Amino acid sequence: MTDTTGQVTIPVTGALPRYQLPQRVSQVRVMRAEWTKLRTQPSTYWALLAAVVLVVGFGIGYSLLRVARPPHGAAIASFDPAAISLSGVQLAQIAVGVLGVLLITNEYATGLIRTTFAAIPRRLPVLWGKAVLLPAVIIAVGLPAAFAAFAGGQSILSRKHLSVPLSQPGAARAVIGCALFLAGVGLLGLGLGAVIRNAAGGIAALFGLLYGLPLAAALLPSSMAADVTRYLPASAGQAVTTVKPDQTMLQPWTGFGVLCAYVAVLLAISAVRMRRGDA
Amino acid sequence: MAAILLEAVRAAEVMTPTYKDIPRICIGQSCAQRPENPTKVRLSTTATQGPCDGSVGAMIEIHELTKNYGSTTAVADLTFTVRPGVVTGFLGPNGAGKSTTMRMILGLDEPTSGSVLVNGHAPRSYAAPLHEIGGMLDPRAVHPSRSAYHHLLAIAQTSGIRKARVDEVIDAVGLRSVASRRAGKFSLGMSQRLGIAAAVLGDPATVVLDEPVNGLDVEGIRWIRGMLQGLAAEGKTVFVSSHLMSEIAQTATHLIVIGRGRLIADTSMDNFMATGAPTTVRVRSSDQDALARMLRSPRVTVTLAADGALTVGGASAGQVGAVAAAAGITVLELATEHASLEDVFVGLTQDAVDYRAASTPRRQCPEGAKQ
Repeated sequence: MTDTTGQVTIPVTGALPRYQLPQRVSQVRVMRAEWTKLRTQPSTYWALLAAVVLVVGFGIGYSLLRVARPPHGAAIASFDPAAISLSGVQLAQIAVGVLGVLLITNEYATGLIRTTFAAIPRRLPVLWGKAVLLPAVIIAVGLPAAFAAFAGGQSILSRKHLSVPLSQPGAARAVIGCALFLAGVGLLGLGLGAVIRNAAGGIAALFGLLYGLPLAAALLPSSMAADVTRYLPASAGQAVTTVKPDQTMLQPWTGFGVLCAYVAVLLAISAVRMRRGDA
Repeated sequence: MAAILLEAVRAAEVMTPTYKDIPRICIGQSCAQRPENPTKVRLSTTATQGPCDGSVGAMIEIHELTKNYGSTTAVADLTFTVRPGVVTGFLGPNGAGKSTTMRMILGLDEPTSGSVLVNGHAPRSYAAPLHEIGGMLDPRAVHPSRSAYHHLLAIAQTSGIRKARVDEVIDAVGLRSVASRRAGKFSLGMSQRLGIAAAVLGDPATVVLDEPVNGLDVEGIRWIRGMLQGLAAEGKTVFVSSHLMSEIAQTATHLIVIGRGRLIADTSMDNFMATGAPTTVRVRSSDQDALARMLRSPRVTVTLAADGALTVGGASAGQVGAVAAAAGITVLELATEHASLEDVFVGLTQDAVDYRAASTPRRQCPEGAKQ
């Protein structure tokens, strides 16, 4: 359609060559398509950039703050240098959670979901494709960020001899756990977005789940509050990001398992909702 | 290329006579079920056997299709067949249920009752969906920041369609120069082209387009018309909706007309014209009053048009001329006028709406409601 001078010409005939090569939908192919979509929408880059900046920047900033005001007396025992350098994860979870919400709701918002479902009539491969790629990119970006935050934070804390090495029991697990936690929150967002199908509603639900529920649990009688709170998605997931879990928290991998259970339930609900009925 | 031509010729030979021989216009009921219709024998081979006759041609078969949204009926008991090789227009006023029907054809909405078969399969059961059916429902349904190329690439990848095909389709719809631009910045005409590109990526046997001409300029309309007729000539089933008769008149060979979710007409364009459009005679003369008096009779209606001409119904131009000559009135202008398709369409849908509003207790889909 381009002539010798490089001029673009618009065909007037509307003739279109035939395409006779075999076609078939498969999960791998849907994954490839979802990857194309993920890497060609700006929200992916903004959310991941925000997550990295928050994890590394806040971790280093908080380390600088604590090194300026080192702990005294009894506070030394509960001082957790790893947690200080990884504290940015508490903010970064919002960035990746919103990315998860937007990954599905922007298809509903634009109506693109109908094009997607017309191409993939069984629909569920779309959800599974997103549910694999999203945590993959979050871990791919979050893991180096968590390591950078840890390394940066500890080198700052070492000025006052407050640092811990990565070889300390639980430290490496906490760093890796940060990336896993972010991936889990991203999937929470995806599940909420797929169920609610609306960006504003999904993001509101995400905030409610991560921040609202712990506040609500705090209103419970104090005997119950701790037991309930530790099973909420945010605090359960955070267990895997701490070297010294306090008494109120679940064991690291138990906590992460609880977060995964929330993700599984949400994705199951969205799968049922996606498969049935009108797109 | 030779194979394509051969197939087109074969499709034209097989299909065109079938269409020409179906004179069915019926008001307010399913056409296929009129026992008094003299062409029923011919029809019954394809249209009345319902979804279970095992037919596998590239066609859309809709059988007693009904879709309710709560207490609102968007589509009611629709039965019709869209055949390959020609462009079939899908006409109805806004809110008639066209988009709802198309979403059910594409397997996006679940029918409340009834069935849809595309190429002999139920929607959502295809192994190669993009090769069975391509659809465009909303040309603006793109991620605004994604380029046209990546939009199409992502769709193609779901079925393993090669990148070279994406480029081929981009060239065919004339979007080469803007393929890397954000689709959200496209004009409506460019968006329509992108939507059609997505619909034809997999070289589908059936193409379903919702209002593809809506809001296009003359050049764009001409392009889409050529594209659609080209697809039909390849033997594809092409089903195109519009709420404006004029958009479809020169493109479609066959027509499905619905109003308020019900079938109003299923007929060839020629029959639609012939059946629903009485001709009138327009005449200007030296003495309009006298001529009108002489022409007027129980069988002949005479109305005065705004520009002073008389519109005569029920008499031929020859008869009008003869009356004028006999009375010594000088004829200044005399012409036979065919009612426009738009008039026929409005008349038909209006009748159907009135008929049902008077007799059907079922709640109707409000005008302009989201289908």
